[in-house]
Amino acid sequence: MKRNVVGAHYGLTTWIAQRATAVLMAVYTVIFLVAVLAVQPGTVDAWRGIFANGFMKFVTFLFFLSLFYHAWIGIRDLWMDYIKPTGLRLSLHVLTIAVLIGYAGWASKILWSL
Amino acid sequence: MTELAIKKKQRPKNLDLSTIRLPLPGKVSILHRVSGVGIFLCLPLILALFQWSLSDEGFASVQAVVNNPIGKLVLLGLIWAYLHHFCAGIRFLLLDWHIGIDLPSARKSAGLVLIISLTLTAIIGGTLLW
Repeated sequence: MKRNVVGAHYGLTTWIAQRATAVLMAVYTVIFLVAVLAVQPGTVDAWRGIFANGFMKFVTFLFFLSLFYHAWIGIRDLWMDYIKPTGLRLSLHVLTIAVLIGYAGWASKILWSL
Repeated sequence: MTELAIKKKQRPKNLDLSTIRLPLPGKVSILHRVSGVGIFLCLPLILALFQWSLSDEGFASVQAVVNNPIGKLVLLGLIWAYLHHFCAGIRFLLLDWHIGIDLPSARKSAGLVLIISLTLTAIIGGTLLW
C-alpha cells in the first residue's frame, strides 16, 4: 500500500473513534436536556448547580473531549478532501490539533473552576 | 497503464456544481458536512458563552445575548446545526449497520432527517431560547 505522510491512519481505529465519540455525545445530549428540563435554570446558581456534582462534571468533560476528537476526524477528512499539497495539508492538520487541544484545556478550566 | 485504467481516465466527468441536481440523500450529506464545519468554527464562541454563563457577572450578559434577536438567530442556527448533524449522524450509523440501504428507504430516511431535525430545532430551540 502506498502510504502518504498526511494520509489517513489506514485502519479502523479512526473510523470507530468517530462513531464511538458520536454515540457518547448523543447519550450526553439526552442527559443534558433532561437536566436542563428538570432544573429549569433561571438563576446562575441553579445553572451552576447542574455542573456542580462530580458525575455531571465528568460526563460534561467527556462530552467535550468526544466533541474535540470527533471534530479532529471530521476536519481532517475535510482537509484530505479539499487540500491537495502535502505541506499545506500537514500544516492545517497540525493547526487543527493545536486548536482542539487548546479547547480541551479551556473546557477543563471552565468545569473545574466551578 | 492497463486498458481498464485508460478507460477509467477517459470517462466523462461533470464536476460543475451548478449543473448537478443533488438527490435528497446528497443534500443531507452535504448539510452534515456544512453543519459540522459550522459547529467547529463556532467552538470558541460556544466555550466562551459557556464560561460566561457560569460566572456571576457573565450570566446576565449571556441572557442578554439570548434575548437579542441576532444572538437568538445565531444560537438557533447552531441548535439546528447540532440537531441536523445529530439526526444525519444516526442515519449514517444505521446505514453502517446496513439498515435502510436500498434506494427508496435511503431517500425516505434522508427526508425524515430534514423534517425531524427541523421539528426538534423548533421544540428544543423554543424551549431553551424563549
